[in-house]
Amino acid sequence: MLTVIVFVPLTAALLLFVLPRRTPAAVIRGVWVTTTAGLTAAVAGLWAGYDPAGGMQYETRARWMPGVGAGYHVGVDGLSLPMIALTCVLFLACAVYAWREERRIRGFAALFLFLETTCLGLFVSLDLILFFVFFDLSIVGMYFVIAGWGHRDRARAALMFFLYTFLGSLALLLGFIGLYLAASPHTFDMVDLAAADPPAGRAGLVLLAVGGGLAVKTPTVPFHTWLPLAHTEAPAAGSAILAGVLLKMGTYGFLRIAMPLLPDAWLRYATVLVVIGVVSVLYGALVALAQSDFKRMIAYTSVNHMGYIVLAVGAAAATAGTGHRAQSLAVTGAVTQMVSHGLLTGALFLLAGSLYERGRTYDMAAYSGIAGRAPVLTGLTVVAAFASLGLPGFSGFIAEFQIFTGSFGTRPLATALSVLGILLTAGLFLRALQKIFLGPLRLPDGPGTPRPFGDLRAHESTAVVPLLALAVVVGVLPRLLLDVVEPASRAVLLELPAR
Amino acid sequence: MTEMNENPLGILPEILLAAGAVVGLLLGAWLPRRRQWITGAFAAAACAAGIAAAAVAAPGPATTVFGGAFALDALTGTGRVVLLGGGLAVLALSLGPLHGDPRETEFYVLLQLALLGAVVLAGAQDLLLLSAGYLLASIPTYTLAGFRKDGPGTEAALKYYVMGALLGVVMLAGITLLYAAGGSTGYPALAGVLGDAPRALVTAGTLGVLAGPLFEAGAVPAHHWIPDAVQGSSPHAAALISTLPKIGALIALFRLGAVPLDAAPLPWAALLAVLAAASMTLGNLAAFFQSDVKRLLAYSTISQVGYLLVPVAVATRTDQAQPALLYYLAAYAVTNLGAFAVVCSLPHATRVEDYRGLAHRRPLLTAALVICLLGLVGTPPTAVFVGKLEMFTAAIDGGYAWLAVLAAVNTLASLFYYLRWILPAFARVDGRVPEAVAAHASAAGSRSSSASVPVPSSAQERSSARAPAPAVPATENRPARAVAYTCATLSAAMGVAAGPILEAVSGGLGR
Repeated sequence: MLTVIVFVPLTAALLLFVLPRRTPAAVIRGVWVTTTAGLTAAVAGLWAGYDPAGGMQYETRARWMPGVGAGYHVGVDGLSLPMIALTCVLFLACAVYAWREERRIRGFAALFLFLETTCLGLFVSLDLILFFVFFDLSIVGMYFVIAGWGHRDRARAALMFFLYTFLGSLALLLGFIGLYLAASPHTFDMVDLAAADPPAGRAGLVLLAVGGGLAVKTPTVPFHTWLPLAHTEAPAAGSAILAGVLLKMGTYGFLRIAMPLLPDAWLRYATVLVVIGVVSVLYGALVALAQSDFKRMIAYTSVNHMGYIVLAVGAAAATAGTGHRAQSLAVTGAVTQMVSHGLLTGALFLLAGSLYERGRTYDMAAYSGIAGRAPVLTGLTVVAAFASLGLPGFSGFIAEFQIFTGSFGTRPLATALSVLGILLTAGLFLRALQKIFLGPLRLPDGPGTPRPFGDLRAHESTAVVPLLALAVVVGVLPRLLLDVVEPASRAVLLELPAR
Repeated sequence: MTEMNENPLGILPEILLAAGAVVGLLLGAWLPRRRQWITGAFAAAACAAGIAAAAVAAPGPATTVFGGAFALDALTGTGRVVLLGGGLAVLALSLGPLHGDPRETEFYVLLQLALLGAVVLAGAQDLLLLSAGYLLASIPTYTLAGFRKDGPGTEAALKYYVMGALLGVVMLAGITLLYAAGGSTGYPALAGVLGDAPRALVTAGTLGVLAGPLFEAGAVPAHHWIPDAVQGSSPHAAALISTLPKIGALIALFRLGAVPLDAAPLPWAALLAVLAAASMTLGNLAAFFQSDVKRLLAYSTISQVGYLLVPVAVATRTDQAQPALLYYLAAYAVTNLGAFAVVCSLPHATRVEDYRGLAHRRPLLTAALVICLLGLVGTPPTAVFVGKLEMFTAAIDGGYAWLAVLAAVNTLASLFYYLRWILPAFARVDGRVPEAVAAHASAAGSRSSSASVPVPSSAQERSSARAPAPAVPATENRPARAVAYTCATLSAAMGVAAGPILEAVSGGLGR
């Protein structure tokens, strides 16, 4: 079942290349949207059939490379199911959003379908090598998206993105090999590794490699420098996927690999993570505040939002054995934040893309007072921005509330500092909204303008509205999500030794 | 030494190659020029039959034949299959450009002899046989490097030959010293006595012997010939030079380290680790800003040899070393030949910029190029990824974690120059470029130097007459394209189906 879900997009991508060269773009778009919609429905079915108390489900295990100790092992639990659902929803949104994309639509659609396979595959992997394969392929796919469909400085951005994240993936690979060699018998299977004794001796080095690799992908300060450039140059749909799904690979890896497989080392170095988390929160927010480029600003808020997650997973470790209630709250909050950030930042990047489409620039100073011209665009951006800064009623609030409540008991100072981050994001979003949408009407005049500054078209709103609606659903009825996540986050924490 | 085990069936693939070469030479003398491809077909048949024979013999227990001089084990078996398979690929690459060439037969014969030499290197279990293999592998290859008889080709052959002759003599001197130290040239006999031999003598002898295989492999410090030889020779010969001799040489190095020098009083692992580190780093640094595709690939092979030397360094320290080396060798051969096949399919595109916009004209070929180049980086799920995974594992398990980290950093660095090649291929060509212009553009790079100089109109006419007519591009090399597709597919398939292959290459050593 999972295998089918993972490889259906890849099959569809190959199918697109088999179609004759003269196939009309509508057919290609049709295949794209149908595939992603079908997958979303399938994952909804998966969710419906999922038993929250049942641990790992829909497992498949097959021999792959027994000589290397790697197998094909997939399954879902409360950590991965929300990620899979998020992936499907975002890819569907991107497929709908790209309805008017004219530039080499076949390659574009095929790349996105390929990326969807790598993302889904990564989130269901229960084998380190399988995880790594999808991790690396997602980099390759995103490289081509940026290099092929990006803006002016795309070549440099794509190269930097590839080199930087590839460095992370190599560190990750060395860490995985360290885990493999420490286990006896040698294996790359996550479930077996979690059951085996955690590595002694070099565990700190292994955690450094794994954590470093994941931190580049997340990204946390000081490994975030690839992110703003990649986001600024990537096409809107590419940015949405990059921020919405690909960044989650890093934080998901913390929860899935670093924490359960290296519990002792995790506990020992939890303070480092907390510090990195707080620095990412504050630094990301401050730098975002200083941006004049709308998309770059959203990119930096991603650093800020990912910082909360790192803070939460770091703080959770410190409470091991004291009371699982507060602790699992932090981890649950981290997963909720991943979903929330995926939905909201995905929406924000798509909206930024629409803005660019109309004005050919991301420079906030070039726009003013477009609320009158484009009320729907304005309304949706305002909703997304407020949701992103953590307004109650939206998913961001639920996530951040849980993170702060869960972390405050053990890390009061760090948590207090991070709350400042919310203040900063509120300030920067309000400032941006004011600059772009309020005031007297002024439109950028650059190449390609003046042109009619229309409101959002049907396909754009169709892509964005469901994302925001889901954020509201999570914000108003959080139990739908939390019931699935909570047992899994408790299970993750059970791996940690008591202090 | 006992006179036993002289079963010629044991070395059937080698006999087939030698017979193929002799038959080819005789046949070629009688065949008209247009039919000389028949000798190529014979060579292909010899390779295919050799692969079959090697595959049949491979699952058997590890033994030696001819008085322990030639080992039949997983190392030899894998070496045979990979070398002969690589030989088939090079034959296919040569079919197009050599068709109707007056010396077509010679190429096929020399190719078979070079292959034979490389196979002997892989199986040699005796220092004298090793030196014979060295000569047999290198002398035909010198000729192949200069096969075109043009300026760059002659320079390539000369450099290759001078380095090879020098290091060959050093190797013979080393063999003499080891003979003096151990009183034998057979590996099993040496393994027993070198442990107690005078340390200085063994060290000097080993350093001398290393010169030969390191030269064939193109590892630092014997790598200087590679860039010129690869750039100067024609693409199909370059594919051979940069891929096949290495396979025999690296297996020979592994065997040296694992059998006769296992107990010898010298720091084998540290020495090879330093050579590996130097090879991968220098190769990568030199490749950074190359714009000639063959030269870029030449430097990339130097760095690949560096990665391949890692399992050789930890040969006796971990069980992972042997499957790591053999699998990586096979993966490297397939991937590198695939990259060269792409170069062969576009003989007029010599520089990285000539690949601009290739994705629009030849999407499949571009896909093959991307798979092979990213494969050389080690992107999953291609074969080299599994090879690198094994190599990293062997290094860390063998106590050389720093080497694994260095290899990872080098892998990252190598990504940079492979991307420099990939990126132009996807560059947007604004508007729809007419097919003719696009086809012309690929040829323009090689002639741009002459085009920029004002030439008399008659000369220009002549040059344009020689140049490919845009409508029917003479640049077409269908077999090469087929090889590129095959190699790319194989590279991906080998990565996905690595399990059984790894099992096949992890048999015991013949002693």
